[in-house]
This record gives sequence, C-alpha cells and structure tokens, in this order.
Amino acid sequence: MTLFLAILGRELRLALRHGGDTVAVLLFFVVAVMLFPLAIGPEPKMLGTVAPGIVWVCALLAALLPLDRLFGADFEDGSLDLLLLSGLPAFAVVGAKALAHWVVTGLPLLLAAGPLAIMLRMPTVALPVLLASLVPGTLMLSLLGATGAAVVLGARRGGVLLPLLVLPLAVPVLIFGAGAPAAVALGQSARPELLLLGALLAGGLPLCPIAGGAALRAAVE
Amino acid sequence: MLQAEQVAAFRGERLVLRDVDFSVPAGGTMLLVGPNGSGKSTLLRLLAGLLRPAAGRVLWDGEDALADLATHGARLVYVGHQDAVKPGLTAAENLKFAALAGGGDLAAGLAALDLAHLADLPARMLSAGQKRRLALARLAVSTAALWLLDEPTLGLDTASVARFGGLLARHRARGGMVVAATHLPLPLADAAELRLG
Repeated sequence: MTLFLAILGRELRLALRHGGDTVAVLLFFVVAVMLFPLAIGPEPKMLGTVAPGIVWVCALLAALLPLDRLFGADFEDGSLDLLLLSGLPAFAVVGAKALAHWVVTGLPLLLAAGPLAIMLRMPTVALPVLLASLVPGTLMLSLLGATGAAVVLGARRGGVLLPLLVLPLAVPVLIFGAGAPAAVALGQSARPELLLLGALLAGGLPLCPIAGGAALRAAVE
Repeated sequence: MLQAEQVAAFRGERLVLRDVDFSVPAGGTMLLVGPNGSGKSTLLRLLAGLLRPAAGRVLWDGEDALADLATHGARLVYVGHQDAVKPGLTAAENLKFAALAGGGDLAAGLAALDLAHLADLPARMLSAGQKRRLALARLAVSTAALWLLDEPTLGLDTASVARFGGLLARHRARGGMVVAATHLPLPLADAAELRLG
C-alpha cells in the first residue's frame, strides 16, 4: 500500500512539475465544447437538449489526450522496469497509474463540466446528475484508458491505435453517462443509468488493472 | 542462492541464449562476458523476471524464482543500461521511490555515491555521469539480496568507480549476490565468469 501511494505521489509530483499537460487537456475540453454552439447554432432549447451529450463526448476525448504518455515516458527511460520490480504486482502499478490519471485529468474535467454545461443552457435540474454521472464515468475512463495505454505500449504508432482501442470500450460508459442527465431533463429518474454506471465501475475496477498489468508485463519483454 | 538450469531465451525472433547453466552462491559474483549481441542484457532481464525464459528454469534457493514475479522483484535491484532518471524530479525525489521499495536510507544512499550536495537539484541539470551515479544509488538504498547490473560503470570517473567498488564489497560481505554484464573492468575480487555467445 505504501508503494502504491508512492507511485501515486510520484505521478502527481511529475504532473505538478509539468502542469502544462493538465492545462492543455482542460483547454481542449473547453474549446471543443465551445465549438458546438458555433457549429449547430446558439438556439438555447436545442443546445440545452444536446448539452449532456456534448459535455460527455468532449470529456471522453479530452481524457484520451494524456494517455499515450501515461506509460510511454516510463517505458522509454527504463522507469517502467523499476516499477514492475518494486515488489508491487503489475495490476497495482496500473491501478496507481489509472488513479493518478483520474486525479490529474478526470477530476479537473469534472470541475470544468459544470460551468460548461451551464454555458450550453443545460436545464439546471439535470446539472447535479451530470456531475454525479461524471464521477464514476471519468473513473471508468481512466481505468479503460490506462488499460488501453498498457496494451498499445511499445507498438509503433501507439498514439493512433489508442483511441481506436479505448473509444469502442468506452461506448457503454458514454451511453449511460450522457443518458442520466438527459433522462432528468425529460422528467424521468436517472437512477437506472447511475446504477448501471456504478455496475460498470464495479466490473472495471478489478478487471482493467489485471488486463493492464498483463499487458505491461508483455510490453517490457 | 541463484541458479539457472538449461535456460533459453529469444530476443525478437532470434534465439540468443540456449542451455545456460550457472549458480551464484550467497556472497558470490558472476560476470557476464561476451561480444555485443551475445545475450548479456537479455540474460539480466530474464533473471530479473522482466523476460520469460523460452525454456529452462531460474531457481531461488531451490524454488522457481519466476513463479511470483512481484516477490522476485522485491528480492533484487536491476540497474539497466538506461538510468531511469526523471528529469523533472530532483535527485532526492528520483531516489525516494527506490528507497521506499528497497527499505534503505535515502540520505545515506545519496552520500554513498557522493550525490548529497546535488540532492535538491533537478535531475535534468545532472551530467551523464551524475545520472549514472544516481541510478547506482538505487543499489545503496536497497536491502535486496541480488544485484543485476548492466554495464554499471559506463561513464563513471575513477573516484566514483572506487566508491562503487566499496558498495559492491559491502553488499557481498552481507551475503549479497551480484550478476553483472560489462566490457569494462569492475572493482570486483574473485568473480566467476560466464562466457556467452
């Protein structure tokens, strides 16, 4: 556990030293969301209807941006060997990395999602549900992303391969995540969507690190 | 005691190691010698558990060493030809994780390789030799029994090589084992040699 926290602390310290990466992800999120009113017109009713989907899709794409460096930098400079030899099982290394990705990327996206949804005139009743769906949603994206990053590690053009691998896997997360605030906006309960998101997270929490750990072992060979 | 029995390994498509047999007793040392491409680094990675042997076994005190890779990882320190130094962290921060994993003292480890005065300097400002010393300091902060070293003295000045020699001697006096691949003479007394290739 100490080593798990040490990896997490090291990742956060590195992210702090290279703060530009997190800012770039946030700016991408903001700019991508702002493109929609420009493209489909500023009509409030229409924007309000599609707002949950826009916020979710842009958050998903923004979360993908830093993934190729998640293991890539450690792989290139030999640090990954040390992480795998530290005495921690490989799945714990992936878990720590996924958690670090969430703190550095998922959490800032979550914080930015509220103001952006308001900007898109999303019905205010749906706002808490949007944020509630983004908590398990972004966690799940970090888990899937870390797994995908471990799988494409060492592959040529891994950066291009990564979205192709992760995006299809993220489809269920997107459907239930964007569905929850949309349901509330229509006057229905968001409980089923939120429960299904929780179920996805409960499945992904053990499975993604195990798959990612096996991929890391294969990558260092 | 570390033993290899009939070990074979591929690197890419090529079989670089076959029928490798050796044993290193507690306090023992083995130098891997051979021309470039003869499989020295491959064998070191295999002994670390980073590479699966295509055939044969690696034994630790008579039991399969690679059955539990996490436990095996905690038994050893691997210093590869890459320094694994993060330019954004200071020297001390770079070594902190190794010290935590190895159970050693961070300040003593930095002092052992004469890096104490560079502790708070970002690693990107260190020279190649200083980065190498920082990588070797991981050995000083670990209590692990097995050291796997890939060209450990590359780029070191004579004073650092002597300090490294002291580190090796202390490790062996504690009953530690060293397996090293090198083309340069290492400050090691009575080391066994394994010729590859």
